[in-house]
Parts: sequence; C-alpha cells; structure tokens
Amino acid sequence: MLNLLNLGKQLRKIGVWQVFLVVMALPTLLALLGVLSSFLHPDIESLSHLAQYVLPQTIKNTIFLVVGVGVVTTTLGVSLAWLTAVCDFPLRKFFVWALILPMAIPGYVMAFALVGLFEYTGPVQHFLRETFGSSSAFPDIYSYGGVVMALSLALYPYTYLMVRNAFQTQGLRSLEVGQSLGLSIRESFWRICLPMARPWIVGGTLLVMMETLSDFGTVAIFNYDTLTSAIYKTWFGLYSLPAALQVASVLLIFVVVITLLERRSRASQRFSQTRSAKSVAGRIRLSGVDRWLALLVCVLVFSLAFVMPVMRLLYWAVPNMNADITSQFLGYVAGSTSLSLIAMLMIAGLALLMAFTARTYNSPFAKIVVRISTMGYALPGTVLAVGLFVPVAAIDNVLGAMGLSTPLLQGTMVVMLLAYSVRFMAVAFTPLESNLLRITPSIDAASRSLGVSGIKMLAKVHLPMVKGGLLTAMVLVFVDVMKELPITLMTRPFGFNTLAVRIFELSSEGLWERAALPALAIVLVGLIPAFILIRKSDAR
Amino acid sequence: MPNSNDIMMSESQDVIENYLSVDNVSIGFDGREILSNITFQLKRGDIGCLLGPSGCGKTTLLRSIAGFETVDDGMIKLNNKALSHHGYLLPAEQRNIGMVFQDYALFSHLNVIDNIMFGLHRFSKAQATIRANDLIARIGLVGKELAMPHELSGGEQQRVALARALAPEPQLLLLDEPFSNLDVELRETLSRDVRDIIKQSNTTALMVTHDQNEAFVMADNIGVIQSGKLAQWGSAYTIYHEPINAFVADFVGQGVFLEGKMRSPSEVETTLGCFEREESSTEQDSLATGDKVKVLIRPDDIIHDDESELTARVITRDFRGAEFLYTLALANGEELLVMVPSHHNHEINELIGIRLEIDHVVVFK
Repeated sequence: MLNLLNLGKQLRKIGVWQVFLVVMALPTLLALLGVLSSFLHPDIESLSHLAQYVLPQTIKNTIFLVVGVGVVTTTLGVSLAWLTAVCDFPLRKFFVWALILPMAIPGYVMAFALVGLFEYTGPVQHFLRETFGSSSAFPDIYSYGGVVMALSLALYPYTYLMVRNAFQTQGLRSLEVGQSLGLSIRESFWRICLPMARPWIVGGTLLVMMETLSDFGTVAIFNYDTLTSAIYKTWFGLYSLPAALQVASVLLIFVVVITLLERRSRASQRFSQTRSAKSVAGRIRLSGVDRWLALLVCVLVFSLAFVMPVMRLLYWAVPNMNADITSQFLGYVAGSTSLSLIAMLMIAGLALLMAFTARTYNSPFAKIVVRISTMGYALPGTVLAVGLFVPVAAIDNVLGAMGLSTPLLQGTMVVMLLAYSVRFMAVAFTPLESNLLRITPSIDAASRSLGVSGIKMLAKVHLPMVKGGLLTAMVLVFVDVMKELPITLMTRPFGFNTLAVRIFELSSEGLWERAALPALAIVLVGLIPAFILIRKSDAR
Repeated sequence: MPNSNDIMMSESQDVIENYLSVDNVSIGFDGREILSNITFQLKRGDIGCLLGPSGCGKTTLLRSIAGFETVDDGMIKLNNKALSHHGYLLPAEQRNIGMVFQDYALFSHLNVIDNIMFGLHRFSKAQATIRANDLIARIGLVGKELAMPHELSGGEQQRVALARALAPEPQLLLLDEPFSNLDVELRETLSRDVRDIIKQSNTTALMVTHDQNEAFVMADNIGVIQSGKLAQWGSAYTIYHEPINAFVADFVGQGVFLEGKMRSPSEVETTLGCFEREESSTEQDSLATGDKVKVLIRPDDIIHDDESELTARVITRDFRGAEFLYTLALANGEELLVMVPSHHNHEINELIGIRLEIDHVVVFK
C-alpha cells in the first residue's frame, strides 16, 4: 500500500523532460525487443534449414574474420603507433597523419579496389606475368586472407590512433624511466611501454572487432558469408523475417560480449590515465638499416591502404568520367547529400537536446536513458534494420486496424531515419558531452547573477560553449550516414538510391569501373572527418 | 517626543547600518539542517567575511544570499528589500548581486572585455565599453582586453572574474573562496588589491573563506561559523582578542588553553599566577568561585625575558624568518606558545625565561 502511494507520487512528478528522454531511448529498446520477439513466433522450418546449412558456417566465418582482423589491425596499429610516436626516421612527420587517411575509405570500397588490384586480370598479376612469365604462385584474392586484408587496411587507423595517443603521452617518459632502472630500450618496450598502453590497445582492438561484426559490404564483395550477410540473405532471399531475426539474435550475442569487454577496457583507460600529457624526452633515433626498414613499413602500409586503392579508383573513373557523370549519377549525389543532411540535423539536434536535458535534470534516471540511447553504435546495421522492422510493422498493423490506409510507415524515410538515429546517436552525443562538461554549475550561477537566465542563457552562454562539439557532431553524422550501407540498403523507400547503395549494386555485379566514380565521391567526403581527427590527435 | 526629522534620520541610518540583513535564517537539505538561526547585519560599504572550516555551511549561506538556495526560515533583506524568506525567493538574476566564484566560472568562449561586458545589458554599448575599460584599468589588465580566459594566469582570471561581477554596479558583491585556487605568495598581495578595488568602487561585499589571514586582510567584520551556527560576528580585533567560545579561540589565531580555577567571579588562578577578568570579556558571566576553567593564552600574551624568574623548557621551535615560534613546557607539563625575535636562538630542552603580559583574559568553562 505504501509502495503504491509512493509510486503515485513518483508518477505525478513525471514531466515533459522525462517523457522526452524516454522517447529518446525508445528506438534502441524497440529494435532490441524486435530482435528478441522472434523467440515468440519462431519460424521452425526456415530455422532448421538455417541451423543445418547456414549457421555453423557463418558463425565459424564470423569468428575467424573477427579474430583475423583483430590480430592484423592490432599488429599494424601498435607497430605503426610505436614507430611514429617514439622513433625518428625519414618522413616520420608525414606518416604520422598520412597513416590515418585510410579511414576515409569504407570497407566496401577498399574491398573492390583491392580485388581490382590483385585479381587475375588486375595490374599486379599482369605485371608479374609480364616480368616472370607466370603469376600462378600469387594467392587468390577471393579468400579469407583477402577479406581480412581489406577490412584490416580500412580499420587499422582506429587502433593506430588510440595506441599512438597512449605512446605519445607516456611512451618516451617511461622509456627514460626504464633506462634509468637499467633496462635496454627493447626490454623497456616489452616490460613497460606495451603493458602500460594495454588499455588503449585492447580498446582499439575491440572497436575494430565491433566494426568487423557490423560489416556488410566488404564480406558481400568477397562472397564471404558471415552473420550479417546471413541476416540479409535470410530476409531478402528466404523472405523469412522471423528466421532473419533469429540470426540477428545470434549476432547480438557476439555484439554484447564485445561491448561489455569494451566498457571494461574504457574503465581501465580512465584508471591508467596519466597527467603529464606532453613528453619532452627526445625520440629514439633509429640507426642504419632500421631507419630504412621503418620507412619501408610505413610506405608499404600507406600505399597498400590508401595510394593504390585510390589510384585504382581513379584509373577506372577518369576514362569514363564524361559518360558516368549523368543526371542519374547527380541524382545519387543529391539523394545521398539530402539524406545525410536531414539525418545530420535530426540526430545532432536530438543529441544536443538530450545532452542539455540530461545536464539540467542530472539524475540516475537520465544517466540510464542516455546510456541506452547511445548504445546503438554497437548494433550492426543489419540487426537494426530487421529489429526495427518488427515494431514499425506492428504500428502499421494497429493503424490499419483503425481504418487508415497502410502501410504508413513501412518503406518510408521514417524507418531509415529511426535506424540511423539509433546507430549514430553516440557519434553525435560524445563530442557534445565532452563540451558540456566544461560548462560547470558555477557558469550557470555566474550568468544568472549577471541577470541572464533561461533561454537567453542557453543562447548567450551554453550554445556558444558547445559550438565546436556541435560542429564535430554534425560533420561526423553527415559522413557516417553517407557511408552507411546495410541500413540504407534494407530500409530505403522503393526506388530511393544513395551513392553507397549504388556502389554496392554495381560492385556486386562486377561493374567496378562504373562503381569507381561514386566510390571516389564517398572517399572524398570521408577525408573530412579523417582531417578532423588528425587535427584533434595533435599529430606531431 | 522626538520630532519627525529625527525619525527620518534614524530610518536612513538604519538602512545604512543594516544594509544587508540576515535575520534568523535556517536552511536544510533533505531534512538535515545545514544552517540554523543565522543573524547578522552588514553596514553599507563594509566588507564582511564568513570564516569557518570546510563543511560548516558558509558557502550555503553565501549561495542563499545570492539566490541560488531557498531559505526554510528567517529573512534575508538587502537595502530594506526582502530577498528571501520562507516560501519566497527573488530569482538570482533579479537581485543585482554580483558574485565571484571559486573556479571563477569565466565564459571560455568570450574574451576579457566581453566577459566583463556580459552583465552590462542595461547600459548602452558605448557606456558599457567605457565602464569595462575603466574596470580593466583598475584590475591592471590593460593590453589584455582581447585575451581569451585560457591565456591568462590564475591571478589574472581571478581579477577578470572580480571585474565582471563589479561591472553592473551590483548592490552587493559576494566572493566564494576567491583566493583558494591561487599560489600562497599571490594570495596576500591579491587580497589587498581586491580589497582596494572593492573599497574604491564603494561596494558592499561579503566573502567566504577558511583562511583567517585572508579574512584579517579583507574584512571589516568577521563571522565565525561553527557547524551551521554563527558563533560570533565582530571585528577582526574582537574575534581574535575576545573570542566568544573555545571554538572561535581555537579556529582564529594560535594559542593554548591553561587549566585554571576561579578564585572569585572575576579572578582566575593558574600555574602562571592570578589574573583579573574583565567584565565584558565573554558572555559567560555565570562563572562562580571554585569553577574549573580554561584560560586562553595567545603567543602574543607571553614575552620572552631572560631576566624573568619564571622559566619553561623549549620543546619544539619553528623558524619563521624574523621570529621563532617556540612551544614551551611548564614544570607541570602544560604547554605554551611564544613568538620570539629570531636572534634569540635557543636549543631544544633549554630553559628560557618568560613573562606574561595579558591584555584580555579570556576564560571558558
């Protein structure tokens, strides 16, 4: 009885802001519930087919892919970070930022550019045949190795950035400590620097693994079946939503495990955060052969991950330029741009509103809601697309029962924007949040004591102080939506095309020459956030 | 019969004397009382200081005067206008009370002059610029008008925060631990500068601090707060020499307590002899013959005198440059503090002669 009274009191206290926060968290929760709802009405027939022929192979493939990409990106990321942060060799300053550039190339573009380079008819094997008479010893690009290489080259910059930051803040200083305690540089690296950087190494690796789990386009081009492609094929091939949802829930298990691990590694990053940001010690001057080896490694990675793919795209695109720039192509550009703009304004706006609401009504409830609504960055687009389809279809059914002509929501922009907002809310929220932390309670008090409060304070004090974060949030969301493939592919209105979808369609038909121009457009746009990151990462 | 002119006079006099009036104010959070029955008045143009250990509630009191906390009981008035009482709170933005925050809370997106002009919306642009430049000159930051807050040193940021708060000619200026983020060497010079700037602008101010030296430099009147209660309100001299209770005596200044016994209601006997107690020294006039009491002995009550027959043993010595602070032990084990010019260099365990010269005999039960 007492509890009921308390509940009544609590309910009466609920205001507009609580409702708003709940609405913010709702899409993520609905998508998750949608995935799990498949257990209510399992499609036994499709499911047994899946369990027998599809799941064993795709689960195995997924695990192999995640582990393979994890190992390669970590090796690349850590060694490149060490070389550029702590050592000195020719062109080091250039490679510090140049090695970040491959993140501008989405996996699905990297994939067909590399295939174009290394397949039998590609320039590399052609060159080998011309020179040595045969290229039969060259490994097949359509293989496990090929997929791992494409994804690793597109994703290693994440690990590189995080680990480099760790080495930069503590590497040189801890090398000096090691030396003063009688360790050689090699011993210091293994016994001090590497263990100290572990939280960031683990964090970067897990981030890459998360991206690998979400990847759809790269594996599709290599015909390498993983859980994401199984979701797509089950829905669009077997036409069984329940079975697609079941596959999605298997993928969800992987996502949850990696997300939990990533949370933990972030906590230990906070724990091992060091104060002294700037290291004054001199870099290790590599001698003789070592300098040229270091240079060679950087040149190899940079050309393989950026120069050669971009050259390949240019080589395809330039001769067909006049034929390809048609009104149709411009239509895709316009479609992509307007979609990205709408999503950007909506998501950045909502994130700003949520950030201010959570700050003003700082409560455990608000914290939980923010956490839920920014959780979607870990959810693969394929999972979101099928998961959100369930509640949307249910709403359409209810509306239909009310006599409205349905479907009202299915196949409209609404579903697509909903899915984007779940996936990219964290992208927009994180830079805003770090800006908001600077607005201390005494800033509010100072403004009020000077006679400025309410909306005026928001406009004159708060907004200007988060301007930088808002701009970053908008750019990141814009580019991410433009590059996004599975959500757009699976939820777009009929006949609606974007650059990413067009690239996917053309490349899955093997029409790479024609996919090259839209791919270059995407890479160009993707360079913007890469340069933002380069500026932020203090690339010295 | 007083004529009406006299009444007018006394009324305006009353407004000057009780410019800020905090009357019986109590504040609590979640049923826990933070402040209880606080009463004091601040004269127009004076600088008051709330002094107390951290967590005593002094910042809460300051924030309630600023309008950021509600008052459960009592009344806060400024210039004879009610600001807060039970169930009423004039919003902070309507009080025209300036505030300098502990972390300065400068607006990081605005430069020095824009920060200072932020509150000048009642002035025309030209007037506001003149006023801001005048303040920049007074805080000694000419040439740094366009600097961003992060380009300034801690002391400079502090002065910008002061200028920003003074710019709209506030009725009252509040300062919350304004020097706590500064280097110790800076504090004293800056607190003198701040006092000069406030006095020149003829502003009434109330400051909160836990540092008695700041309070002594800045304040005309000091209030010592002891766990939510105002223990004493008075001048620095009164607080130091006539503390109202053992807490105030202990918190403000150095000193020790000697055991004593009342020989008569106005005479106290200690190992160092008998002292005559002044009538007005404390509120505790209810002392009776035979009562056991504590007698406050400040370092400045004792004078080192090699001729004196009364001696004490040196236990510790702190070199303070011009002076030594010696801790001495009497024959019965009771300890004393004494400040001695530093050319009197005595070793530990040495017996040195002392003489008592007590102006204010302060006795507590």
